[in-house]
Amino acid sequence: MTAAVETGLTTTIHGDRVSLLRVLGPAHVWALGVGIVLVGEFTGWNFAADKGGALAALIVCWIVGLLYTSVAMIDSEVTSTVAAAGGQYAQAKHIVGPLMAFNVALFLVFAYTMLEVSDAILLGDTIVAKAGVEGLTHNSFIAATIVVLAWLNYRGVLMTLNVNFVITAIAYISIVILFFSVSPWTQGAVLKLNELVTPGNSLPYGWIGVIAAFQFGIWYYLGIEGTTQAAEEVRSPARSLPYGTMAGMITLLIAAAMTWYVCASLMPWEYLGITYYPLWDAGKLTGSPLLENLLFIATLLAALASANGCINDAARAWFSLGRDRYLPSWFSAVHPRYRTPYRSILFLLPIALAFAFIADLNQAITFSILSGVLQYTFMSINIMMFRKKWPLGSIRRGYTHPFHPLPAIVLFCLCMVTFFAIFLGFGSQLIAMTIFYFLISLWFHFYRYKFVRRGDQFSMPWPKPQGY
Amino acid sequence: MWMGLSYVCWGIAAVLAAWMLYDWFKVDTTYSEAVLTSSREGELEAVSEKHRI
Repeated sequence: MTAAVETGLTTTIHGDRVSLLRVLGPAHVWALGVGIVLVGEFTGWNFAADKGGALAALIVCWIVGLLYTSVAMIDSEVTSTVAAAGGQYAQAKHIVGPLMAFNVALFLVFAYTMLEVSDAILLGDTIVAKAGVEGLTHNSFIAATIVVLAWLNYRGVLMTLNVNFVITAIAYISIVILFFSVSPWTQGAVLKLNELVTPGNSLPYGWIGVIAAFQFGIWYYLGIEGTTQAAEEVRSPARSLPYGTMAGMITLLIAAAMTWYVCASLMPWEYLGITYYPLWDAGKLTGSPLLENLLFIATLLAALASANGCINDAARAWFSLGRDRYLPSWFSAVHPRYRTPYRSILFLLPIALAFAFIADLNQAITFSILSGVLQYTFMSINIMMFRKKWPLGSIRRGYTHPFHPLPAIVLFCLCMVTFFAIFLGFGSQLIAMTIFYFLISLWFHFYRYKFVRRGDQFSMPWPKPQGY
Repeated sequence: MWMGLSYVCWGIAAVLAAWMLYDWFKVDTTYSEAVLTSSREGELEAVSEKHRI
């Protein structure tokens, strides 16, 4: 189609193709990454205290922080080179191969859709807890959350991530306000860390408790790698993606440390490990109605921002699968007016609603974490292959991560520890998911791959890999 | 108040879902499948973009 097309939608299309719009900057990348993750400070990380005590929650905060710093550095390098929607899927396709790429895309869709479901359930439960009205259920709030955010995503990526930036910033600032409101420089006035975390109770289950805590320590940072899904919609991928991702990781490390310090200084580990609202509870425990309400609203906003980013990312991963014919190409349609992958957004909407209505929070979170850790394991292997096939100097990189291969080795080892921790808590789900990915891989290899246009799927203008 | 808010949420969800389904139908019947699925990976189009809404 070369001529302009005038329609009832008052849309004009010039050129040959309808593509996603390149309208985003580094702030949007930050909003996407931190927006997805920040809900983990408001709920999730604290279950690590139940597994191993308050000190274990702090230890995994730093060690899992190391895992995610490796993820952010590795991701920044590869994505600044492979700037395509689908993020890690496009990376896997070019660097490892189609079967890995198909699996990675499914990891992405599962991780983000299940996280979206968890966010919607959390938001609904938080409102019901606040209301305290008999007969009030969370279903209406879940439906409104998922549908309104899908609608926002449907209408355009710029407004979606502008909204995410504002609500993420408010949620983040609320943590900072809480931190400075409790006089963090003075123990005894409000905070009682030395009374609540003592040598006798800091690690109640010993070091195996620390290992078990890894499963929920992931929540401090789960989803920061989602920034790469914006690769095809940022104006300058080589600059914006590394900048937004690394800034997001620094932001989260600070938020995680502040969150642990305030919560562990206000609540005994036995309660901290089981509450669904550690920061909201911390706000209540200060005795200030202002802080209590601020943290209540911030919990809702963090859940909204996370679900919003997850819809954005899951839809782009699904869209990319359709575009390469790994799934029917019907899914690769772009809205001619809003320039969004509208069919993928609409297809995933009822799936998210169904899971939100029938699944419980723990199951949804576990499936999200499992898919996330599978993805991180892939990333450690992916970067080794990337550096080997295309060494430094052979292609232009927007960012080169330091100390290679140390981050990849650290990432791989920490993923193995996390798998073990998940096996301790949710062994049957781990085995079930592994069987699922094995069977779906067989389907792809023996049935679906024959529909793929093999030459078209490799779009990067790179030289042949070393040793080819 | 909370029960009222709950009903409002159902209403908003229903209206927006219906709008998206209507828009989906309108777009799919207005444009050809070739145009809608014409996106290609990694294309840089910002320089020549003349898209107008």
